[in-house]
Amino acid sequence: MERCHHVVAPASQEREDQLSSETVHARVVEFLGTHDPSTLEPLEFLRARYDAGLAWVAYPEGLGGLGLSRSLQPEVDRLFAEAGAPSNRPEVNGIGLGMAAPTILAFGTDAQKQRFLRPLWTGEEIWCQLFSEPGAGSDLANVGTRAVRDGDGWVVNGQKVWTSGAHTARFAILVARTDPDVPKHFGLTYFLCDMSDPGVEVRPLRQITGEAEFNEVFLTDVRIPDSQRLGAEGEGWKVANATLNNERVSIGGHASAREDGMIGVVARTWRDHPAQRTPELHDRLLRLWVDAEVARLTGQRLRQKLALGQPGPEGSAMKLSFARIAQQLSGLELELLGEEGLRYSDWTMVRPDKVDMTGRDAGYRYLRAKGNSIEGGTSEILRNIVAERVLGLPAEPRTDKNRPWKELDR
Amino acid sequence: MSDLDLLYTDVEEDLRTTVRDLLADRCDPGAVNSLYDGDRSLVEPLWKALAADLGLAGLLVPEQYGGAGASAREAAVVLEELGRAVAPVPFLTSAVVATTLLVAAGDELLPRVAAGECTAALLVPLSTAPHAPITGVEAVDGRLTGTITSVAGTLEADVLLVPVSTPHGLAVYAVSATEAEIAPVVSLDMTRQLADIRLDNAAGRLVLADAEPAVRTALECGAALLASEQYGAARWCLEATVAYLKERRQFGRVVGGFQAVKHRLADLYAGVESGAAAARYAAATLAAGDEDASIAAAVAQAFLSDLAVTAGEEAVQLHGGIGMTWEHPVHLYLKKAKADQIAFGTAGAHRARLAGLVDLAGVAR
Repeated sequence: MERCHHVVAPASQEREDQLSSETVHARVVEFLGTHDPSTLEPLEFLRARYDAGLAWVAYPEGLGGLGLSRSLQPEVDRLFAEAGAPSNRPEVNGIGLGMAAPTILAFGTDAQKQRFLRPLWTGEEIWCQLFSEPGAGSDLANVGTRAVRDGDGWVVNGQKVWTSGAHTARFAILVARTDPDVPKHFGLTYFLCDMSDPGVEVRPLRQITGEAEFNEVFLTDVRIPDSQRLGAEGEGWKVANATLNNERVSIGGHASAREDGMIGVVARTWRDHPAQRTPELHDRLLRLWVDAEVARLTGQRLRQKLALGQPGPEGSAMKLSFARIAQQLSGLELELLGEEGLRYSDWTMVRPDKVDMTGRDAGYRYLRAKGNSIEGGTSEILRNIVAERVLGLPAEPRTDKNRPWKELDR
Repeated sequence: MSDLDLLYTDVEEDLRTTVRDLLADRCDPGAVNSLYDGDRSLVEPLWKALAADLGLAGLLVPEQYGGAGASAREAAVVLEELGRAVAPVPFLTSAVVATTLLVAAGDELLPRVAAGECTAALLVPLSTAPHAPITGVEAVDGRLTGTITSVAGTLEADVLLVPVSTPHGLAVYAVSATEAEIAPVVSLDMTRQLADIRLDNAAGRLVLADAEPAVRTALECGAALLASEQYGAARWCLEATVAYLKERRQFGRVVGGFQAVKHRLADLYAGVESGAAAARYAAATLAAGDEDASIAAAVAQAFLSDLAVTAGEEAVQLHGGIGMTWEHPVHLYLKKAKADQIAFGTAGAHRARLAGLVDLAGVAR
């Protein structure tokens, strides 16, 4: 066997990455030379940035991107931020950017991509997600909202729940049942729904924290043109799964700096309250600090993998860890605060603009974190996904897969 | 704390394949099992094949001394494979810890170490954390006297690197293994069998005066890269258990189809993937000379010491009865993981160290 005396320098991949990094850098500089963020209207600037392919560089040319690696995006965003460029406010359009956009890109017609992606990216049009229903939570394929063909469009009736941003959104990604006579997974279709339709009624859904960041959405004879169907009739399940994989990636995969997120908040509380420290709390804090740091690195590694391909079920494992750590940390913080941990800032019903899971007070953080293991796939469902799709273990025994949806017990 | 590559380069993957193929060929689990019955005949030819024939002994030795001049990233890949195969070779103790120390000293032994002709071991108990107190032996006119217990890698060593207490701090001397009394110890992990070493007026050569920083750096490299070995072992436990549970049937079903079992394996998968990131980051910071290397090493040890044990324990439990047998190799991984949890300091010792490094002090005393 050969001796390993050649184990240094990788070669071609690195050079290629460097080239595209230089190219994109040059393009941003060139763009900023002809578009002065201090004089242009923010919207005009954002549209021009999209048209120059510098919005999301991994997207194809003509759709806000340059077909480059995802790994170049942080550098592009940094260059624009440093130049004082206006933001497209990703924090208020997380569902649009993180879930609707990649799904439209993957399954949309050319006309749909042209119509929806640009105003979505610029933030002119906010998106929400009409998936869950009172009878379709973890069992999302059990969706009962009906869409019935009517000429060149569809008429939709039903009730959706857990819809964040429904009261500000212009469009929604919607999964509805178009054929109740076939088994559940085959009778669904995916739509892009106009939230300004008069048949859409949005009601706040108050939650455990006292506030209402989500809504219930009632759909009564809502009309959707067939041109706003995404993917083929009956293919809604496949399309929805692509969306959900993106959701898990975006939920589990933000933090990048050390002590970002909940660990940073709790570490600050620890540093600010020396008198409250006990050996037992210290041990728990250090364990969670390590877990949070490792989760950060795991996210970084996952993003490096994703830069090379599409999100897969591996993101589910990341979200499992994220939820557990956030819950344990926020619980620890209340105990650390002692007497102060007995108080709560405010139970008044408010409608937050955006959700900050590490914001407000420790009591709020503790209660809000309870949702981390429920929203975007419960931890139990995620374990099934990891076990079945990553590890290849047998699926749960099912009685609902091969019978027409309308015959199932509900 | 830059965005270091936590994956593997093509060159690293090639190295992995080479090592894995050799281990598949020369490191049979049955022969590893025999170590526990006192038969160590596997060790010497396997180590020679890896160290000299493949050149892995010289991986971390700079080219000027005849080594490969590779980095901790490549050494970590080798350790992943050694962990995966529970291979009983002194790569970590000689090619990582002792070599790091010899490189710091620019010692004359390096060309022979690089060629795989000389295997070395640092004489500290395997349980020594990088920042724990180190007790040296006594030296009078270059003659060393003292006892050091529970040392790894000495049964295969030609040269012992001995910490010596001097009035000016810690020094390191080299002593030929033939000059020492090396008493093998029945060890929890016989794939890294320990020995108690007694030196009685043994002839030593000064390798490094004022050696404490270099010794600690060597131990920190050992701790950082042990994480990759632990990761390799944990990954084996996950994969072997999943494979077994896809075959094993009870109640007319494959056992891996029961949700209680699936969920435990999903959690283990999440842990093992996290372990990969932590181990890779420790190796990458070390290779890059990154200022974050000490924190990365402590994080990796704090996480992987416990993860590998969890993986070993889950593997035993989920294999059911056969996991408790002498015949099935899973016990080799549990024993290794439990011993490695203590090696280079426990997870708790590394968390305590982190408290100081990341400004999270405990109760004021």
